[in-house]
Amino acid sequence: MSKFRNKEKGEMPAISTASLPDIVFMLLFFFMVATVMRDSTLMIENSMPSADQVEKLKKDRTIFIYAGKPNDQYKQLGTEPRIQYNDAFINVEDVQSSIYQGIGEMNEDLQSKVVVGLKIDKNTNAGLVSDIKQELRKANALKVMYIANTKKEE
Amino acid sequence: MAKRSAPEVNAGSMADIAFLLLIFFLVTTTIEKDKGLLRSLPPIDDTEVEPPIIKQKNLFTVLINRNNQLLVEDEEMPLKDLRQAAIDFLDNGGGKNPAGQSCDYCKGKRLEDSSDHPDKAIISMKHDRETSYEQYMDVQNELVAAYNILREREASRLYKKYYPDADKVFTAMLEEKEKNQYSKDEKLNERISTVKALFPMKLSEAEPDKN
Repeated sequence: MSKFRNKEKGEMPAISTASLPDIVFMLLFFFMVATVMRDSTLMIENSMPSADQVEKLKKDRTIFIYAGKPNDQYKQLGTEPRIQYNDAFINVEDVQSSIYQGIGEMNEDLQSKVVVGLKIDKNTNAGLVSDIKQELRKANALKVMYIANTKKEE
Repeated sequence: MAKRSAPEVNAGSMADIAFLLLIFFLVTTTIEKDKGLLRSLPPIDDTEVEPPIIKQKNLFTVLINRNNQLLVEDEEMPLKDLRQAAIDFLDNGGGKNPAGQSCDYCKGKRLEDSSDHPDKAIISMKHDRETSYEQYMDVQNELVAAYNILREREASRLYKKYYPDADKVFTAMLEEKEKNQYSKDEKLNERISTVKALFPMKLSEAEPDKN
């Protein structure tokens, strides 16, 4: 009798699922690494200017303020650049209280090192930016970071 | 019965393929990190102290108008020349600093009508409300670049021996500080502030006129 007997005919062999966990874990890791958490949905156009003398930003001590034209979804608000903080449009006068609120939500030992990240659309008027800066001075949040895309140095 | 069974597929190497892919994605994906220009705003000053008089030659004025044109020291200038103009101004070293020392590390032309000393040299920038933010950032970038280039030069003059392989010594120093942020290195901090003190960043911004 032959050792290698023919397999029974007519039955489909089951496909091994032993590697399924590996595939799932791989996908999981991939998405864990590639996902960028964004805490506020942008209601404005936000394409940053570029600069080559950039420094890295420490996220844990940063309050973000966005500014730019309302995007397509909020077209009814016109084309005048607006300021956004968290999930709402704010006026220039509200910047100060928003900053205080943002500082209050932060870790206590970082509160004195707060940096305000200004994510401002490049087509905004610099006048609006200087209004924001004036409010930041009033709120005594004096460190600002103009967020920019990195441009390669020639 | 004429049906034939398909041979079983060997799945043993599936894990290897999966790990290969995982490693590939791990290596190629970059996590997006925000970067930008860090600047400090001046605190609001309510005291009515007369501001000190600054000699015209120690002041480098940059104006941006509503059409995004630059007026540097009362002359129109394209953006690409701004960096060099700012370096020439800061590095001039024509006179003495408040402590009475002349700038022995400056490599400028030592002109009479340009800045006395990097300690005294102030860049003043003013823009219109209608200036675009993009142009404003480009100008800021050029001015910060001027300071960085000069600091880089001084850092490599003083501390090149500690970083023989580094292309940019000052950047290497800052990176090292970043890496060791939980174990403070006094010597490194001292060196960084020495370099910064040689070319202190005195970049003032005037509020745009309200009209």
